[in-house]
Amino acid sequence: MERLRHIVQLIFAFVANCRLYITPSNPIYKGPLKHVCFPGLNCYSCPATPWACPLGALQSAFAGLKKNLSMGKLNMGLYVLGSLGVVASLIGRMPCGWFCPFGLLQDLLFKIRLPKIRLWRPLSWGRYIALFILVIALPIFFTDKFGFGETWFCKYLCPAGTLEAGVPLLIMSPELRSAVGTLFLSKFTIMIFFLIWSMVTVRPFCRTLCPLGLILGFFNRVSWLRLNFNRKICVDCHACELICPTDVFFATGRDDINSTKCIRCFRCYALCPGGAVTIEFSSIMKGQVEDIEGCHCNQEQG
Amino acid sequence: MKSRTPLIFFLFFCFMAITGIILGEPAEVYQKAVTICLSCIGIG
Repeated sequence: MERLRHIVQLIFAFVANCRLYITPSNPIYKGPLKHVCFPGLNCYSCPATPWACPLGALQSAFAGLKKNLSMGKLNMGLYVLGSLGVVASLIGRMPCGWFCPFGLLQDLLFKIRLPKIRLWRPLSWGRYIALFILVIALPIFFTDKFGFGETWFCKYLCPAGTLEAGVPLLIMSPELRSAVGTLFLSKFTIMIFFLIWSMVTVRPFCRTLCPLGLILGFFNRVSWLRLNFNRKICVDCHACELICPTDVFFATGRDDINSTKCIRCFRCYALCPGGAVTIEFSSIMKGQVEDIEGCHCNQEQG
Repeated sequence: MKSRTPLIFFLFFCFMAITGIILGEPAEVYQKAVTICLSCIGIG
């Protein structure tokens, strides 16, 4: 399962950044795919990407909300929220574990052999601050005299934007280097901080600051694809707690197995020796829940 | 959780996305995405 996930991650990282012919005179793709948001954190100012970033698009919609409403336009990010919701209502936060290029980068960095540190759980509340303050509140309410807000998360925090767009554009365009100031340096420092942190802690950005992961995570409990934990057949080996990259402690009852923190990597499903963790697909037509426990051959593996 | 919940959510967000498309929001997304947002990436 883990090998399959890494293959899928690599494929999606390429799909997300498949523009290979890049020239300094034409650094950004301007084709029709830019109408569509990629279901992962991938900056739309990245020279290699043909897609739009859902988080950037959402903030832009919120930043222009006051101005749009004053002009009688009802544009409020429905397209971005709707397309994110469609994906998330099917598979929950699975894009984080399987599709997100920045998630893949953090996974790869964590493979470097260094002493590992568990994340201090209260830090996960940072995701709520990032979403509700930087992505929603400040762009909507903190506007200039023309009614336009700013994309606060992109501008002041997003390490994916710095890595995928800021650094490549500076390398490609020497004239931009003279414009580098304290803002870029502070963002560059944040990026380096998270890259180093990723070497010792699993996915620190996803777990402490990523608003996109939180939005997708809200759907984990209601999505078509869900995880199920059968306490009655759990053998209390606690392998799931040791292997979970996001510290979802469902075996002890501390967390729900479909917590917003779960990135749907399915490691717990693949490793559970008792087969207590199953993947469920809600059967829409029959009005009942079916699981694929029959395909789960971990008892033999265990 | 009732098994119809995913379908309800799916249809609700489909409706939301289609409403956004009717309102011309993809064009706004495109407009933003094809412009290098220098301040967004910390340059300038």
